[in-house]
Amino acid sequence: MPVPPARADEPTAADPTAAAYRGLAGRRRLHALVLLAVALACLAADILLGPSGLTLSDLFTALLSPDAADASTRVIVWDIRLPQAAMAALVGAALGLAGAEMQTILNNPLASPYTLGVSSAAALGASLAIVLQTGVPGLPLDWLVPVNAFVFAALCGLLLDAVARRRDIGTAAIVLFGVALVFSFNALTSLIQFVASAQALQNLVFWTLGSMTRANWGTVALMAVALAAALPFALSQAWRLTALRLGEERAASFGVDVRRVRLGAIARVSVLSGLAVAFVGTIGFIGLVAPHIARRLFGEDHRYFLPGSALTGALILSAASLLSKNLLDGVIVPVGILTALVGVPFFMAVLLRRQASL
Amino acid sequence: MNATLQLRALRAGYGRAPDIIAGLDAGPLAPGSLTALLGPNGSGKSTLLKAMAGLVPPRGGAVLLGDQDLTVLDAGARSQRLVYLPQGLPADVHLRVIESVLAAARAHPPAEGPPALTAITALLERLGIAHLALRFLDELSGGQKQLVGLAQALIRRPRVLLLDEPLSALDPNYQFHVMTLLRQETREHGLITVAALHDLNAALQHADHAWMIRAGALHASGAPEAVITAPGLADVYGIAARVERCSSGRPHVLVDGLSTGLH
Repeated sequence: MPVPPARADEPTAADPTAAAYRGLAGRRRLHALVLLAVALACLAADILLGPSGLTLSDLFTALLSPDAADASTRVIVWDIRLPQAAMAALVGAALGLAGAEMQTILNNPLASPYTLGVSSAAALGASLAIVLQTGVPGLPLDWLVPVNAFVFAALCGLLLDAVARRRDIGTAAIVLFGVALVFSFNALTSLIQFVASAQALQNLVFWTLGSMTRANWGTVALMAVALAAALPFALSQAWRLTALRLGEERAASFGVDVRRVRLGAIARVSVLSGLAVAFVGTIGFIGLVAPHIARRLFGEDHRYFLPGSALTGALILSAASLLSKNLLDGVIVPVGILTALVGVPFFMAVLLRRQASL
Repeated sequence: MNATLQLRALRAGYGRAPDIIAGLDAGPLAPGSLTALLGPNGSGKSTLLKAMAGLVPPRGGAVLLGDQDLTVLDAGARSQRLVYLPQGLPADVHLRVIESVLAAARAHPPAEGPPALTAITALLERLGIAHLALRFLDELSGGQKQLVGLAQALIRRPRVLLLDEPLSALDPNYQFHVMTLLRQETREHGLITVAALHDLNAALQHADHAWMIRAGALHASGAPEAVITAPGLADVYGIAARVERCSSGRPHVLVDGLSTGLH
């Protein structure tokens, strides 16, 4: 293999490699724009289509000049369709981002808030808040549920991190540990349901089947704020997270404070998945599937991979929400059932493809 | 730029276990020199490199680059002076070669800012892997990955370069290629390079110095030919070996069997 002599820096015009790389970056921005357009189209369809039998003109009237529309149409559009559609897109983006970060910091393609117990932990926290009606003093109950969900999600995240940091732990062992966490938290949640009053139980069942039906503008705003804080924070760490993909020791030797980067990621994952569970319940597999699709589209340069995962997650959950309302006439299938139906085969496919290296 | 690298009474180990590196003195190593770190499996080669890189926190002693003790620097400041390249990459890294080098350069960029894209492509050209720039890491061969790893390390323009078994699992072509490049880059950029090697003949052929360690202590240090000797190999590796010159006059290690000495 011949070794060409060292060359000084040359202008880009004579540097085909740099030019090719710039072309690639351009194509990726194009992919991102197409993805964004499809996600927006899905969001629009999610707003427009539903079981109420409104015509498009009714919808547009209610959207554009609410005062001219009759009261029931206004309520359907502004209090049901819009917040639910927005919530589906936001939760999808949150879970997609959280899953991508978990897969990177745990170095595990099967990691996601749902598969490793973070969502179950959040559901347990939310259930505890509802049944006990107590928690952090001074916090109103409306806040107690999301805060408790976040705290439990964070504890689960720290536990996973502690296990993943042990030397020579295999990828499979982390997944098995996560599955054990899922079982434990689900069992505790069932125990709480068992001792709960009939009224509390009704509230609790909501968490076991994720659905958008409880979305309102308050929770939509909170979810949007969380996402608007987490995404730029995550992007500010993009190079460090990309370096982490090259291995923990290599990244550390390149000057990455691995401990800090991981703790930051766990904080973001806990906020995003904790809030998602508190507002819409447990929705599985978005956090697993979205990063895999984004990885194929954008590679693992986290400047593209993280927003790509968020966008893909938003698209998937918007589509699932759209399907859940329009699949069966007059019935809204809980969206969590749909994502599980798509996600379980996907999970198995990843597992089987990776079998050799797990 | 003429600062040498010196280890003083360096001690390191994991957790609460006893020291693996127990008070090791070595060096000084001059800029532009390539040192082979030799020793049997479990002798502490990897631990020594990681301790020098600060990945295993040293329990005592100093790693001196000139007058600066690298062990007291934080990870960011140390990464401007020293890069450690571990053996392998995680499986299934879906990053393009050029992106991985960019990430290495930008993970903790120097104060004067990260290198330009053209500096990266020039480096890939120099290492003979420009044609791989847009390929994904998970589709490269072991030898190609090793060269990419070298690019990730060199783009940070370190003064000290530590490599853990850069030749493991490489075919003879890539072994020669990697060692030639290492030597060339070490000379041209005045690096102080230390590479843990199992291949004694590669050490004899390419290295300027050799450190031979046994049970975490320095057994011998000096020119490779002075370190890699029949009695030394019997002591440290427990092998009965000859060091003989081939028809082109270069020394080679020939292993005849195991010596009575304990490994």
